[in-house]
Amino acid sequence: MSDERHETMLLTGNHAVAWAARLARPKVAPGYPITPQTPILEKLTEFQADGEFDAEIITPESEHSVMAACIAASMAGVRVFTATASQGMLLMHELLHYAAGARAPIVMANVNRTVASPWAFWPDQTDSLAQRDTGWIQFYSESAQESLDTVIQAFRVAESVLVPVMVSHDAFYVSHALEPVQVPHQALVDEFLPPFAPPHRIDPDKVESWGNVVNQEMFNRHRRDIGEAMARVPSVAAEADRDWNRLTGRGWGIVERYRCDGARTVIVTMGSMCGTARDAVDAMREAGEPVGLLKVRLYRPLPVEALRAALAGVPEVLVLDRNYSPGHGGVLHQELRAALYGMDHAPTIRGLLAGVGGVNVSAQRIAEYVRDAAGIDAGPDSVWAR
Amino acid sequence: MKMMDLVEEQMFCSGHAACPGCIEALSVRHVLAALGPDTVAVVPPSCMAIIAGPQPFSSLRIPVYQPTLEASAASASGLRRALDAQGKRDTQVVVLAGDGGTYDIGFQCLSSAAERNEDFLYVCLDNEGYMNTGAQKSSSTPRYAKTGSTPAGKTSRKKNLTEIMAAHGVPYVATATAGFLPDLVRKVQKARAIRGTRILTLLIPCLDGWGLPDDGGLRAARYAVESGVFPLYEVGDGCRYTLNHASRTRPVADYLALQRRYRHLGQDDIARLQADVDEGWTRLMRRVAASEDELAASC
Repeated sequence: MSDERHETMLLTGNHAVAWAARLARPKVAPGYPITPQTPILEKLTEFQADGEFDAEIITPESEHSVMAACIAASMAGVRVFTATASQGMLLMHELLHYAAGARAPIVMANVNRTVASPWAFWPDQTDSLAQRDTGWIQFYSESAQESLDTVIQAFRVAESVLVPVMVSHDAFYVSHALEPVQVPHQALVDEFLPPFAPPHRIDPDKVESWGNVVNQEMFNRHRRDIGEAMARVPSVAAEADRDWNRLTGRGWGIVERYRCDGARTVIVTMGSMCGTARDAVDAMREAGEPVGLLKVRLYRPLPVEALRAALAGVPEVLVLDRNYSPGHGGVLHQELRAALYGMDHAPTIRGLLAGVGGVNVSAQRIAEYVRDAAGIDAGPDSVWAR
Repeated sequence: MKMMDLVEEQMFCSGHAACPGCIEALSVRHVLAALGPDTVAVVPPSCMAIIAGPQPFSSLRIPVYQPTLEASAASASGLRRALDAQGKRDTQVVVLAGDGGTYDIGFQCLSSAAERNEDFLYVCLDNEGYMNTGAQKSSSTPRYAKTGSTPAGKTSRKKNLTEIMAAHGVPYVATATAGFLPDLVRKVQKARAIRGTRILTLLIPCLDGWGLPDDGGLRAARYAVESGVFPLYEVGDGCRYTLNHASRTRPVADYLALQRRYRHLGQDDIARLQADVDEGWTRLMRRVAASEDELAASC
């Protein structure tokens, strides 16, 4: 199936990401294999071997070197893409800070996978949520189509504010599941994404440098600048999404309210759990139960205003976290509590650690959580789901 | 004495932040002059990063990218590929890293870049320790040398970076030192004309870290070569060995006597170090001879 805007293909989430990367025309794409990200790297090398992807692919010895190469390439003024998962993301940690500090607008896909030890390969968002203070913009995607659209939008956002972006989707549920995906035509993506031409770059004709030691005042000012850029992200991301919607007919919002009107309880979650929660909401609405879903797509910066607006007048919120910060709880639960703190008529917020380690969470189970919510402690601690 | 005829393009400025008498500043001045203005430098945390100057100053007339300590070769790879993608294939990418950033924490990504034969010149400014943090041991620190983290003297020997990198089969690996300046300049010019990974290890006697007088750096560099402690040689494609200073004209003891870091050594220690150097020299001579044999059969 195709029309003048796209061709429909049967793709996994990872191959949808590879298509997005190809369509964005990065000039440098370093990569390192790691389950369950590897199909992204392999697809890109396949595109390149077929002459369909005109990028310098670098295959260093570690994700750490991948990110080091990404930053330097971005500083030289070219568009850069990479992808990772789990341990690879953690190995990059030092350089994630460095990339954000260098204002290098790299786009990185991440496949959310448990972090060792013990070893496991299952969907769990702790890997990327542990990077929340590195200065990267973070999106979480629910489906292959959304991952494709978000990676393309991510370049627009990153290059507008000069802040790197990571786009995460869950291991296997999204990364390896096949779905029909509308792959936009190149001309349409080119219209959305102009060539990257940063004003400052490492260039022998310009003789500008990056990384010299700075004094306290300069460092302080630099952090404030990053903060100002971050503050612009919710509106820049929303605008990019609107423009994309105008071109493709698909928009996702920075948050999505799904059947929230008149809801007594709203489920708040991220990633593939949203798809399951959607089914639960449909079933409960069918049974006359007033339940809705609030999907958080832009997680960093947390769109506090949008979250407050979306939850105004909602009596009960149930946060489902497929991640765990020991000693802290569910990361989204804790962040949402902070985001809504002091709000007039703030909803009662309960947090469930649901699906941590990749444990299956069915729509039926989510409906049970909502029905039994009164029995869950609404205090500051997140509660382990049964 | 014959004066050296240097045609020098001023790429390195006065007013830099090196210690008075620093051999690293002198060496880098000539490395950069030989490379010229169409060059970008990658300088990880090291003495060289200090010499390059704090924001907003720069002592180098070329762009400098300062990556994290362990990521020089990976960063140079990214920079190289981005320049290539922009059609700037003739722009030189040069890494100016210390021995800690090369032999130790940056070694993994250097090995990987060499395996991919990335097109850059990697210059290891080898002062045999973490001198920028006040002289602690690195894996380049020689046996028995006293450092801030080996107060009784280091017990293990120095890692042989040149042989390890030559074993990667990269097009060009060489040693050089400002104590033999024409040789150093020739090697930079030679490396400049080659594509692929080129690795130059420059011995940089550190006045403070080794315990040398302010005017003692070049003497130490010359003694290092003349005693065979630091042989000057080149390896092409991992197999073609060329010795650039063929004779050993002094005992190792002469070299050791110049430096405070060896002042605690007894005669047995000195004999042991002489034996280490003799053994290394013999091994190198065998490689040079074998390479001459193989050259006939084209290695």
